[in-house]
Amino acid sequence: MKVGVVTFPGSNSDHDAYHVVKHVMGQDARFVWHKDADLSGFDAVILPGGFAYGDYLRTGAIARFSPVMGAVTEFAKSGGPVIGICNGFQILQEAGLLPGAMLRNRAVKFLSEPVHIRVERDDTIATFGLPVGSVLTMPIAHGEGNFYLPDDELDRLEGEGRVVFRYVTKDGRLDDAANVNGSCRAIAGVCNEGRNVVGLMPHPERAAEPELGSADGRRLFEALTRALVRA
Amino acid sequence: MKARVFVTLKKSVFDPQGQTIHDALGSMGYAGVADVRQGKFFELSFEGLPEEKARQTADDIARRVLANPVIESYRVEVLG
Repeated sequence: MKVGVVTFPGSNSDHDAYHVVKHVMGQDARFVWHKDADLSGFDAVILPGGFAYGDYLRTGAIARFSPVMGAVTEFAKSGGPVIGICNGFQILQEAGLLPGAMLRNRAVKFLSEPVHIRVERDDTIATFGLPVGSVLTMPIAHGEGNFYLPDDELDRLEGEGRVVFRYVTKDGRLDDAANVNGSCRAIAGVCNEGRNVVGLMPHPERAAEPELGSADGRRLFEALTRALVRA
Repeated sequence: MKARVFVTLKKSVFDPQGQTIHDALGSMGYAGVADVRQGKFFELSFEGLPEEKARQTADDIARRVLANPVIESYRVEVLG
């Protein structure tokens, strides 16, 4: 599989994502500069974490107008797999490809720590074939990861089975303290209707090798590979 | 010609920053402050645009860029 990793000015996890695809997964990875507007030939696209354009106005607010985002939107609408990690998730929300918006973390602090997330769906491009209920450990690193949608839209999202990950305790239980940033319904990741666009706040690319304390993140990249083989 | 854009979190949306400020005001001894909401203020300066066009442009910019309609609302004021 050939994966494009988009680099915005201010991205800081682009090299981590590239490393995991290329060296951990042994797949073809290429950087895509945010001014490029051509994604032809790619099997999947990753929008990495960081602080695109400094997030000065609002997380992801300026990045979504980058030339590459027109191509990402087209790629996503034609069914191409797109994974947004942390800032990449926020950019996908701003671009209208994923629902919701991120508020400041409940405690207003930037949080950089390992969290546990529970897989809620096994039919998305990032979780294909992963047992529902699996608990994965990987770090978060964000100031604005407090997922928000109005209640009626949350109900609809849940009804459509589009909540992909939730913050839980180590043994997989929902718990207010485990929902570190205060997200509505402990949502850590969601997908679009087509299940080919997934966004999550935790960083699977920073937890894909045992040397980093957890290799659970690798399971998302393996799921992506499985989803592509199926397609 | 200038336009002012005020962006605030919608009433239904919890404001962690406003809450923190509110708590601080309480511990500083300010009584009777029922709530604090933090927002953003933008001043746009226009050249060569008639007032109505400036208003439309400011509104368009506020809607597309300055505010996120999922969580925020905005108000535009044009100063002649």
